[in-house]
Amino acid sequence: MTDIRQVYLDNNATCKVSPGVVEAMLPFFGELYGNPSSMHSFGGKVAEHVTQARERVAALLNVSPEEIVFTSCGTESDNHAIRGTLEANPDKKHIVTTKVEHPAVLNVFRFLAKRKGYHVTELGVNKKGDLNLDELRAALTPDTVLLSVMAANNETGTMFPIDEIGAIAREKGVIFHTDAVQAVGKIPLDLKKLPVDLLALSGHKLHTPKGIGALYIRKGTRISPFMIGGHQEHNRRAGTENVPYIIGLGKACEEAMNSIFEENNRVRKLRDKLETGLMSQISHAYINGNPQWRLPNTTNIGFEFIEGEAILLHLSAAGIAASSGSACTSGSLEPSHVLMAMEVPFTYAHGSVRFSLSKFTTEEEIDYTIKTVPPVIQKLRDMSPFYDPNK
Amino acid sequence: MWDYTKSVMDHFSNPRNVGKIENANGVGEVGSLACGDALKLYLKIDPATGKIEEARFQTFGCASAIASASALTEMVKGMSLEEAEKITNDDIARFLGGLPEQKMHCSVMGREALEAAIANFKGEKIEEHQDAQVICKCFWVDEHKLREVITENKLKTVEEVTHYTKAGGGCGGCVPDIKRILDDINGKAAESSPAAKPQMTNLQRIKLVTTTIETKIAPMLRQDGGDIELVDIDGFEVFVKLRGACAGCPGARATLQNIVQETLRREVDEAITITEVTK
Repeated sequence: MTDIRQVYLDNNATCKVSPGVVEAMLPFFGELYGNPSSMHSFGGKVAEHVTQARERVAALLNVSPEEIVFTSCGTESDNHAIRGTLEANPDKKHIVTTKVEHPAVLNVFRFLAKRKGYHVTELGVNKKGDLNLDELRAALTPDTVLLSVMAANNETGTMFPIDEIGAIAREKGVIFHTDAVQAVGKIPLDLKKLPVDLLALSGHKLHTPKGIGALYIRKGTRISPFMIGGHQEHNRRAGTENVPYIIGLGKACEEAMNSIFEENNRVRKLRDKLETGLMSQISHAYINGNPQWRLPNTTNIGFEFIEGEAILLHLSAAGIAASSGSACTSGSLEPSHVLMAMEVPFTYAHGSVRFSLSKFTTEEEIDYTIKTVPPVIQKLRDMSPFYDPNK
Repeated sequence: MWDYTKSVMDHFSNPRNVGKIENANGVGEVGSLACGDALKLYLKIDPATGKIEEARFQTFGCASAIASASALTEMVKGMSLEEAEKITNDDIARFLGGLPEQKMHCSVMGREALEAAIANFKGEKIEEHQDAQVICKCFWVDEHKLREVITENKLKTVEEVTHYTKAGGGCGGCVPDIKRILDDINGKAAESSPAAKPQMTNLQRIKLVTTTIETKIAPMLRQDGGDIELVDIDGFEVFVKLRGACAGCPGARATLQNIVQETLRREVDEAITITEVTK
């Protein structure tokens, strides 16, 4: 075994920047500095590249380029989708989401409930993290204007059936937004077929640097602009375009088109190898989420009787980067809202660790992780008052 | 990442005195799996001299919990019981070169385990403070402990109290109670002393219950994504529907009901009872 010092398995938090993406961006930090809106060749040349980038993002989702709005990040896309929809449809006052959304959605809904008088329904999940679609259907009333359900969960990787959910929303005349930040690039999303009105994605989960996102707005969806000013982005998002990053996102989407197959084969196999390797060596360990219906790159494992922050710090000392839903890592005092909504028992909620891979993860790194994690778990269990090695 | 001192990282990575003492004569156990950290402290005390000859620990918790326990065992070894009894949570934190503010509860846990172990040696029942009211029902912190930690560490804000005791860090329902205790200790007269409430007619009571729920209780619950709906009022019995908020929190439902009931009793009438309507 070679001496591995850095194994990055926290790709649901952010990803390694792709060298191809950086290369595509570089000219736009230098000679290609024109404003794409300008009526001269400096701007015109840049505008061509922005157009191409938009086409590449659109191609990944199989939509029209005019349906793509560039934003600064996934959170902006979610905020735009939710608040823009409500502003453009002011008559209805009920909005529906799930308890396991990313804070970029959940905290917006809670803000709207607290400060703007909206009636909010937060749908719960079962122990595997799945929604009950009958309950979802029943939650949509004539007063419901917006349904926001994530495509895949950032903590567990559990995927929601957005095809069925979108169909229910359409049948009930409710606008459907999906936070697909974790799903885009990892699973194929064909929006020609999926009944989705709004979709948020983030660049840095697709191997761009941080600072770029996009919002898909299906043609005909009633939505107000998030930023008001110039005519950029078809008047839907004013402000001079963040050209280098837009080019980067375009390139990343092009790369993702080519790597989706790899994500679902090589990366999935590595994830499964890691999971099987750990589960077979470590007793009292449980997979959080729905193993049958999950992103190919994510595994979230709860280790009983020990605490996540301690696991992460020991792993970090061994060069492995992962994350945890434990209370102590976040500064809050309770385990993650996702694990709580799934009613994950306290015996392993605090000891839950998420490993998230990417196309850059190697088999050697996974082998090293499979070898390194069990002794860390054992070391912490040996000092835990709740662990009995004979049980 | 937390900004841990070198000493914390050292005691976390190479904890001293891990494990049980088979013939320990002072054992103290605090915390639980649900709370997210726990500590079991074993002491071997020479009954003749009262010196602590050996100290070991088992812990479930984060890096600072492990480091605090390790530090504590190093500190008390060789001490007399009188000396050990004087150790405060701040001493443990200082031994480690300081702890992040949000992690001070780890040092408090160390002090509590020490207290419990010494009491166990002396054959005293660990004071349960059964008369003390449990204030934070998410982390099961009673008023006695709150008062002790607030006084000892000169705490001024609810946030500080949460960092030191965890109380208020779950559903947040006990925050008004923590404020009351802080005000009480720090010398501020409670703002709304429960002055004798005049006799109310049924109609007045119904009105007051309605406005209290609308203006005081519902906004508090909505902060955490919960909500309340007033279904009916029958004399002093109030029927409500509760939604959301701190799902999974141990005793969350009871906590919710308690917040509602306590608030209505304070604002309306001592005799109010809450009944939850589920369907």
